[in-house]
Amino acid sequence: MTKIEAIIQNSRLDAVKDALHEIGVEGMTVLEVRGHGRQKGHTEFYRGREYTVDLIPKIKLELVLPDKMVDQVIQTITSAARTGKIGDGKIFLSRIDDAIRIRNDERGEGAL
Amino acid sequence: MGTGRFAWMVLLSIIFITSAPLLSAQTAADNQAARIAALEQQVTDARTSGDNAWMLTSAALVLMMTGPGLALFYGGLVRKKNVLATMMQSFSMMAIISILWALFGYSLCFGPGNSFIGGFHHLFLHGVGAQPDPDYAATIPQQTFMIYQLMFAVITPALITGAFAERMKFSAMALFMILWSIIVYAPMAHMVWGKGGMLNASLGGRFPTLDFAGGTVVHITSGVSALVCALSLGKRLGYPKQPMPPHSVVLSFIGACMLWVGWFGFNAGSALAAGSLATSAFIATHFAAAAAVVGWSGAEWLRNGKPSALGAISGAVAGLVAVTPAAGFVGPMSALVIGFVAGIVCYLMVVKVKARFGYDDSLDAFGVHGAGGTLGALLTGIFATSSVNPIFKDAQGKTLASGLIDGNAHQLLNQFVGVLMAWGLAVIGTLIILKIVDLTVGVRVTKDDEIQGLDLSQHGEEGYYWEVPA
Repeated sequence: MTKIEAIIQNSRLDAVKDALHEIGVEGMTVLEVRGHGRQKGHTEFYRGREYTVDLIPKIKLELVLPDKMVDQVIQTITSAARTGKIGDGKIFLSRIDDAIRIRNDERGEGAL
Repeated sequence: MGTGRFAWMVLLSIIFITSAPLLSAQTAADNQAARIAALEQQVTDARTSGDNAWMLTSAALVLMMTGPGLALFYGGLVRKKNVLATMMQSFSMMAIISILWALFGYSLCFGPGNSFIGGFHHLFLHGVGAQPDPDYAATIPQQTFMIYQLMFAVITPALITGAFAERMKFSAMALFMILWSIIVYAPMAHMVWGKGGMLNASLGGRFPTLDFAGGTVVHITSGVSALVCALSLGKRLGYPKQPMPPHSVVLSFIGACMLWVGWFGFNAGSALAAGSLATSAFIATHFAAAAAVVGWSGAEWLRNGKPSALGAISGAVAGLVAVTPAAGFVGPMSALVIGFVAGIVCYLMVVKVKARFGYDDSLDAFGVHGAGGTLGALLTGIFATSSVNPIFKDAQGKTLASGLIDGNAHQLLNQFVGVLMAWGLAVIGTLIILKIVDLTVGVRVTKDDEIQGLDLSQHGEEGYYWEVPA
């Protein structure tokens, strides 16, 4: 099993979600997060005082998948989330040892 | 004998017949006089009803400026952890100052006294009843006048709280405000508006200062005291390095819009009647606010490339402040000028001057109220015209020139005296009060309390309680 953590632009969430549903991804966890990579923040002015906001709001998707689906899901996310500009985000993969369905103690890929 | 008797009878009859119409004419005249008196009474009653309706409405509008108007405006500008404490600082004035007002505040401001402060004639509201006080407002019960003026006494100290936001003890704030309303507000209100006050323009003061609704009494006193507080308390921890943007410009936005509406009660209500002067003040107020939005936003747009919502609402408040002393003395075109200038000047005060001198006037009470009030008081000396409000009359009752545009350059000097008195009283009074508060309860919260936030440390609650979703 593989965990996919994808950090994407807020505006691309709907497109990514729809695309993932189309290829049969059944579950995901979505988090509102703040952070920055190479993209620099922006400045805000309140009564003339300048504030640099370098932690930018982003969306983080977390999915745990059977390994055979991973490549297709990555392709789907990159194509749906890409705007071509700095700040489009990143995808991280990691191994998952096990998964447990709380309702019936089912384990492994069956629990996904 | 018989003829004599007959003659008498004839004579009496003649007298009776001829005098009957006279007698009835006499009764008719009496009747008419009574009817006229009754009608006059009805006219007076009707006028009182009309004026009283507007003045009670105005009193309610001015109260709304403090809560929720100012509470929201200031509450939105602070950080999340201080939202309730900031709102409480305004709200508590509605309770504390009201009680003081009933006990002795009204008497100190408006009771007969010397040229500096009122006396104890109206202690415990003694003698303040349904009868009007013709020196102040001849057509409304003195009780109405009293409650209307109370709302000014409530909002004025609340304005100061913007300068020491996020770092003053609640107990210190309460003590400060009690002393401030006695030492600073009462003398200033008496001097400008009270019987025998040295700056009173309508009751023959020595230096008649034109202050229609409180440019000197409300905005200069509060704004300048705010500056003294900001300097004396020092900066908030982390200021100016740590970012402290407003936690909700949305709250401030709602508050500012309520202030704009409430200000009609503040300024147009200061006509103390529902006549054409109230309309004129209403109009001047509105146009000044509108022009100030454009002034502030325009300056900001040029400098930052974007006109912000916070800038627009701050501009409106600045314009409303500046037109406050002028509202009942100037025409709509003058009001546009006053507002526009105030929008730009206050913007520069808040952005340039504050940054240059480095004081932490957290919510810009001085930059907006102190600077805007001073500017407005001086501009009133320029733009006041007798065609709007014939306030100055000579011994024969002939109307005299009001401000500079009427040809009365001397009025500028009087305005200057009024401004100087307000500044002096605010600076000296506030320094003394801060010393007293510091020696008794201590002014500032501890470092830990400040970091934790005043909501928790001063009130034991949070503005935005995080609840685990059910």
